[in-house]
Amino acid sequence: MSEVNQAKVGFAQRIDKLTPQLLIFPTVLIILFLAIYPLLLSAYLSMSRFKLVSGGFELKFVGIYNFKKLFSGSQQYHFLGTFGELLLWEWLIIALFIGSFCYWLVRYFASGKASVIGGIGRLITALVLSALTLLAFSVLNGTGHPGSLMVTLFYVFVGVAIQFFVALGLALLCAQKIRGKHFFRMAFFIPIMVTPVGIAYAFRMLMDMSQGPFAPIWSMFGLAEFSWAADAWMARWVVLIGDSWQWIPFLFMVLLAAIENQPKEQVEAAQLDGAGSWRVFKDITFPSIAAVAATAVLIRLIEAFKIIDLPNILTNGGPGIATESMTLHSFIAWRTQDLGGSAAVGYSLLFVAVVICVSFFNFVGQRTVAKGA
Amino acid sequence: MRLLKKSPTFNLGKLAAGVTAASAMVLALGANTVQAKKFDGVTVNVMTFTGPQIAEPLQRHAPEFKALTGATINIITVPFSDLYTKLLTDFATGTNSVDAAVFAPQWVVDYADPGYLQDISANVAKDKALEESDISPFFRSFSTQYKGKTYLLTLDGDFHMIYYRTDVLKEAGLAPPNTWDEYLAIAKAVNGQDMNGDGKPDYGSCISKKRNAQAYWAVMSIAGGYLQSQGTSQGAFFDTKDMKPLVNNDAFAAALHIYKETSKYAPADEINLDVGDTRGLFTAGRCALTIDWGDVGTLAIDPNSSKVIDKVGAAMLPGSTKVLNRDTGKLETCTATSCPHAVDGINRAPYAAFGGWSGGINAAADDKVKQAAYEYFSYVSQPAQSNKDVTIGATGFNPYRLSQFNNMQGWLDAGMSKEAAENYLGAIKDSLNSPNMLLDLRIPKNQNYQQVVLDTALARYLAGEIDVNQTMETIEEGWDELNEELGKAEQLELYKATLGL
Repeated sequence: MSEVNQAKVGFAQRIDKLTPQLLIFPTVLIILFLAIYPLLLSAYLSMSRFKLVSGGFELKFVGIYNFKKLFSGSQQYHFLGTFGELLLWEWLIIALFIGSFCYWLVRYFASGKASVIGGIGRLITALVLSALTLLAFSVLNGTGHPGSLMVTLFYVFVGVAIQFFVALGLALLCAQKIRGKHFFRMAFFIPIMVTPVGIAYAFRMLMDMSQGPFAPIWSMFGLAEFSWAADAWMARWVVLIGDSWQWIPFLFMVLLAAIENQPKEQVEAAQLDGAGSWRVFKDITFPSIAAVAATAVLIRLIEAFKIIDLPNILTNGGPGIATESMTLHSFIAWRTQDLGGSAAVGYSLLFVAVVICVSFFNFVGQRTVAKGA
Repeated sequence: MRLLKKSPTFNLGKLAAGVTAASAMVLALGANTVQAKKFDGVTVNVMTFTGPQIAEPLQRHAPEFKALTGATINIITVPFSDLYTKLLTDFATGTNSVDAAVFAPQWVVDYADPGYLQDISANVAKDKALEESDISPFFRSFSTQYKGKTYLLTLDGDFHMIYYRTDVLKEAGLAPPNTWDEYLAIAKAVNGQDMNGDGKPDYGSCISKKRNAQAYWAVMSIAGGYLQSQGTSQGAFFDTKDMKPLVNNDAFAAALHIYKETSKYAPADEINLDVGDTRGLFTAGRCALTIDWGDVGTLAIDPNSSKVIDKVGAAMLPGSTKVLNRDTGKLETCTATSCPHAVDGINRAPYAAFGGWSGGINAAADDKVKQAAYEYFSYVSQPAQSNKDVTIGATGFNPYRLSQFNNMQGWLDAGMSKEAAENYLGAIKDSLNSPNMLLDLRIPKNQNYQQVVLDTALARYLAGEIDVNQTMETIEEGWDELNEELGKAEQLELYKATLGL
């Protein structure tokens, strides 16, 4: 073969090799433009001070100033919360938590299966969980006040846990051979189709103790002059109940589909062998729906971090800043032209959400999938 | 051929007829053009807050203005908490979807300096129908001008005052409060009484305290009498020597204490009540006292909603017998030197809170749109419209023209008794004429100082999250931080300028 032909073949082979990359290049470009570019731009924004000037805006680089304000400056109370004094027993529990995270890390590194990526991931998870434990005890101990970070975590962990168990219960009920189950399925699914703003306004009306539809009932119990909106924890629970009402249907539908796909032969065999309902659920139903349940919970976790409509409309973030989620905190900062501060809150939210969701995916989701498989 | 022969004749005939018809049409069009309205085809997008106050009269007058001029006025409303930013973003990014807006005159500093607002000085000077000289000098200057130029047209006059139930106080043998201590004492004395005959206990005081709303002015209404005693130019927000915030001292502590204390005699959900809610409660006869703008006076005479017609009194904001010594940060009893404007030893500082809704025009709008926007604001502000609007509670417009203060007939026609009208207008006039009137903050980013830092700290204080000292420290730290970010020296100069120093 002549040198020219060899060169032609070589070029063609290189093109062949590059074809997959060339074909996905436009998609990569779109992703870069739509996802990565805004992410990088907002990262820069979080380190800048935004100012509107004639004909446009001015961005002044301020380094980590916006983050410093959130973690140790004038906005610390807003983001992390107001720290209370910790008692000896609280320190001991914190130490116990941090000790168990350390033990988990040491066990991983001593297992002989440790990898660099896995090690770094676990280290970050342990550090974040330790910091959040310390923060939780500091701001929730009666003398402190939680900031938007801890309030968000309350909505995420407590809210998703409640939603999961209620949805699971409803799904198990609707999977039974009961009359009108199709109606119940439809009825349970309606809330997710209602706009969050509508739900917030509906709950605001329902929770009006003096003029709402339940006013006579509250009045009967002497609660007409009670205002849930004036109490921090009551207000947070009302927001959480509204959020649960909206999102239980999502988990319900996914879990119901999973339950209806469980191996019926195994269930019937177990029942014939005299297994009780709990035993059937524990040994057959739950393992068979675990993978789907973990995925649904992960999706819900990601969504829960972004809660804004309900606290914004129900309570305006109040009383004080008691019901402000991180997204609402970021939105309020944005609304006041503090785009740098808003982006800093947004990035902090992204970091916490990614660490928790990736950790959940790696340490719960994958294992559940593996077991389910 | 015949056809060919005939056809030119026929065509010529048709042509002649056509030309005649066309000429007639042109003439007719010409006539129409003469009758065409000045702003036919012009649409002006005007942004204001959701209201229903303020938006209501703007929407109501829009069809009238269209009939007169042909201009379509499109009123866009957004929540109050979003208004400042929506406008700023629209102007600054060059979106310019808003041609004109009705907003707080305080914000003019942030809109005029970068050149977003049209200088309307020349229009105002030529506008005889506006009758500018009839507008009270304070609203004519403070609410409309910035750095010697006119950027806004006044549509509303705002002062914080107190309102009280004349029947409730009379029955209790109490006089309207002159000091904030008396305010608390009255609220405490009458709290729990049935004030509207529905058999339910009512409230001693109702003050809007909702976060992210229009509540944060009330605390300065209380603090004013403690903080400012040397006249309007002394100011009550910052020390004019060094821009030190006047929010961490005995005077502000006293105001915060009173502010929170009033909640003891108020509805349980007072911290969630916006001004619309407290007005509703007051006019429903459920409150003995309230702090509000002029709206309550006119809402109280609305026969459709008010249960307190001719049972409402208005008065200048109460004051204090003690005022702040700015050198020591302590409260001291009024003397002739420390309180030159005190009456009976009580120093009052009526607060020109907000200043009154005013209309401004986007400098980037088309010339014809700008002219239509100006003429629309002028139309709404002209005595023929505004003298009636200020007597209607739903408008949110309060008196700002001299004729509105002097001509009693309009108020009597609206349903106010002569006594009530004199009392109501007298309270506003007293506030307006006070040499110790407290001016609202009008420095760059004043919205951040008040609507963000002050408002959030107050909300946390009312929620019991922080105590008086922490609240004062939080506000001071936040205001100091803003001063540093924006340049303390520049802010001080601009603050002094707004006080006429």
